[in-house]
Amino acid sequence: MTITVKFFARLREELGKSEVKLETEKPLTVAQIWALVCDDAPLPTPILMAVNLEYVDQNYLVQEGDEVAFFPPVTGG
Amino acid sequence: MDETQLLRYSRQILLPDVDVKGQLKLAHSKVLIVGLGGLGSPVAMYLSAAGVGHLVLADCDRVELSNLQRQIVHDTGKIGQSKTLSAQSTLKALNPDVQITLLNECLDQGALDKLVPSVDVVVDGSDNFATRFAINAACVRGGIPLVSGAALRWHGQVAVFLPADSRSPCYRCLYDDKDAEAEMCSEAGILAPTVGVIGSVQAVEVIKVLLGMSDTLCGKLLLFDAYSLQWRTLTLPKDPVCPVCSQISSTREPL
Repeated sequence: MTITVKFFARLREELGKSEVKLETEKPLTVAQIWALVCDDAPLPTPILMAVNLEYVDQNYLVQEGDEVAFFPPVTGG
Repeated sequence: MDETQLLRYSRQILLPDVDVKGQLKLAHSKVLIVGLGGLGSPVAMYLSAAGVGHLVLADCDRVELSNLQRQIVHDTGKIGQSKTLSAQSTLKALNPDVQITLLNECLDQGALDKLVPSVDVVVDGSDNFATRFAINAACVRGGIPLVSGAALRWHGQVAVFLPADSRSPCYRCLYDDKDAEAEMCSEAGILAPTVGVIGSVQAVEVIKVLLGMSDTLCGKLLLFDAYSLQWRTLTLPKDPVCPVCSQISSTREPL
């Protein structure tokens, strides 16, 4: 199945990519998708994760055709 | 309202959702703004100009030269002055009708718990997680609406939390308070108008909450990327096991 993975703000700058298409045989959680796309790097904390524009946690199971998005936290004021 | 006030607010009163009734509602409202920095500046200026009757300004910092690139409620002549006093003089010049209370201190949890129930809406324009979690806890406990904004580099976020509505998430549903460390503007940088955009959206949401309008950002997280000029709106569900809001609000009736 195909999953679209998007990175925003600082994550996009640090990883040097804004979008990746991922092909996978088995269902994966959001955390597993991060590890696959980011060479087994640990999931940074805190981080915001969304699937199809809905906020989820790292154990959410991603389905065929889903869009997974990662955002860094922002606290500046 | 006298004739001068009717004229001052005439362009806003023209809006059917505001009208004289709504304008009077704003005049009788009290809003706490925590942080008179990049976000608090436009929030305070727009709420003053729009005729929100009473603003409580909380900040413990003094105006520095490096603030002036984006903190537009302050100006060059105010360097070294407390931010609350500096903001007050700008806001009074903008609209002498507005009552302003100054809290020249860093509010801790106890002070927030006491203060928050006395206002109609709280605006979070602070710059660190610890203050943000403390503000959120006080708002949840007091059942007071919170309009939260944050900005860094080219990016910003806005969310509205309505703790009196049992379906509303809170700020703690969004971020975990363990390992919560974040970058500061002084380290990561900030493009000046980014805080203007986010602060202006916060001011819009404050006015809508005060007017009792239903279509707010409650249950959503609005993300702004100035770099690619894109907006995204995420649905933000309530965390059923949130340590701050899950037990308190379950005992309340929805709005």
